[in-house]
Amino acid sequence: MYRHKYRFIVPFLTPAIILYGVFVLWPYSQSFYIALTQWRGVSAHKKFVGLSNFDKLLHDRFFWNALKHNGLLLIALPIVTICIALLFAALFTQGGRGVPGANAYRVIFFFPQVMSAVAISVLWQFVYHPNLGLLNGLLRTTGAGNLARTWLGDPRTALWAVAAVIIWQAVGFYMVLFIAGVQSIPTTFYEAAIIDGATRWSAFWRITLPLLWDNLQTALVFIGIGALDLFIFVQIMTNGGPDRSSDVVARYMYDTAFDKSEFGYATAIGVALLFLTLTLSIFTLRVTRRERIEF
Amino acid sequence: MGTNHVQPLPDTRAIPSPSQRARARREITLGGIAFTGISQLFLLSWAVMVVFPFAWMIMTAFKTDKEIFFSPWQLPTSPQLGNFARAWNQASIGRYFGNSAIVVTGSVTLTLLLSSMAAYTLARYSFPGNRIIYYMFLVGLMFPVFLALVPLFFLVRDLHLLGTYHGLILVYTAYSLPFSIFFLYGFFRTLPSEVAEAAIIDGASDYAVFWRVMLPMAQPGLITVGIFNFLGQWNQYLLPLVLNPNRDRYVLPQGLAFLSIQQGYQNDWSALFAALTITLIPTIVVYALFQRRLEQGLTAGALKG
Repeated sequence: MYRHKYRFIVPFLTPAIILYGVFVLWPYSQSFYIALTQWRGVSAHKKFVGLSNFDKLLHDRFFWNALKHNGLLLIALPIVTICIALLFAALFTQGGRGVPGANAYRVIFFFPQVMSAVAISVLWQFVYHPNLGLLNGLLRTTGAGNLARTWLGDPRTALWAVAAVIIWQAVGFYMVLFIAGVQSIPTTFYEAAIIDGATRWSAFWRITLPLLWDNLQTALVFIGIGALDLFIFVQIMTNGGPDRSSDVVARYMYDTAFDKSEFGYATAIGVALLFLTLTLSIFTLRVTRRERIEF
Repeated sequence: MGTNHVQPLPDTRAIPSPSQRARARREITLGGIAFTGISQLFLLSWAVMVVFPFAWMIMTAFKTDKEIFFSPWQLPTSPQLGNFARAWNQASIGRYFGNSAIVVTGSVTLTLLLSSMAAYTLARYSFPGNRIIYYMFLVGLMFPVFLALVPLFFLVRDLHLLGTYHGLILVYTAYSLPFSIFFLYGFFRTLPSEVAEAAIIDGASDYAVFWRVMLPMAQPGLITVGIFNFLGQWNQYLLPLVLNPNRDRYVLPQGLAFLSIQQGYQNDWSALFAALTITLIPTIVVYALFQRRLEQGLTAGALKG
């Protein structure tokens, strides 16, 4: 039906392929080689050192320190984010139209998702500010002033203060994801359950949750990948401090590359991060694999 | 997860069905009231947690520095519009805003153009290598940008594109292609081919079919991809942080991050809050206008991925 189709296909496809090849595929593929070299970026010559960057990585306590924080967030972020988002999704869809005010709440909750992570981080720096911050001010006016502290400046709270902001920002997205999932479940299932005398609670556990499994899986993978990054939030709010107590691998890598100019080693950290991300995604998909329920 | 159709979310404001009305009647029980009460309390507190920081930010942007320190909770005695002027001029937010506008206008346009052309060819023409090219673009969705950062920096430097508008436009576009092509591919697949066939019978060329028939039909998809890319590129921080070292050329997120450190030393908090407010205005406008479409776009990408 189409005539001379290649005269059309070639000019239409080539610009995208060239741009993508040059600025995306080429750097990605190069990084696997740079990770095997020692290179300070000054000369064009990269000294090939084999796997020694990875050996160094295994004994780098700063790397392990940062990775430990990623690991902690990898456990905390999915649990908290998914629970809250699931609760909201259930409330906003229950009975077909959700609780009173569902639409207004939904618009508000999703809003942080579209905002720049930089703006959010700068704003929350002030919410956490020890003297003029919103949080300590609130604690003091409600008589809980002894709880007030330098949230981002205290090694015991810095990481979790950052984590709270990430959850605050992410809940809206997963809420919308789950709402879309719940709405694709036929209402006849719930009607049948009601006739059989099911409570709201058991309908949620027996119908909603099992049929939402695909979305939960997606959410887990997404939050997991996110928990291995977190660069912007950490860099702006604490820059990994105090005393590396909120450092994450992505920030450590950025630092290694663009502050210390150890480009080979930094790229090795990047490759390690890639393998962690891929392993984690595959692992999550395997562990949560279930027989698909067709409906 | 095999298909790539983008389906709009069902409208939740639909008229309640009889069963829903029966449900609503069920609510009026003691348990129902307790349930509604507790859930409303929880929802309200989360809403306050989301809105409060922004309200506080906007309020603070109108205060004097003295008021910020000594009466952080009161409304400003007289709104200090000078804060905004200071943020815009002295703190260069105006310049950063302009830089962002130039770069993002260019990159969103280029992204839409290239991705619609590529997605259309991949979705509507069969030729050897079609699948390979499609999956090659999808790979870009899975790799963390971090991995490319070091080689990308040297590549852009060697091409003499470091700190230039067109350099940023090209890189933003390249990294936006995977999602945009993935999304538009699904869209072009679902479009009916009757109109295109009729146009061809009338003697229209392949180009005319694309520009005059398919692209107008794909408009809803293009708008969604456009909004999505606008937000992603307007908020982009990691790429300019590495590729845009010249302070005169800073884009808005870079400028804001820089300012938050600098104003800390100068103790000009009010200008910083004004700068934050200015930064958020375009996002708020876009969100207000396109909220529903945005939700669709974000979740469609995730659901069908």
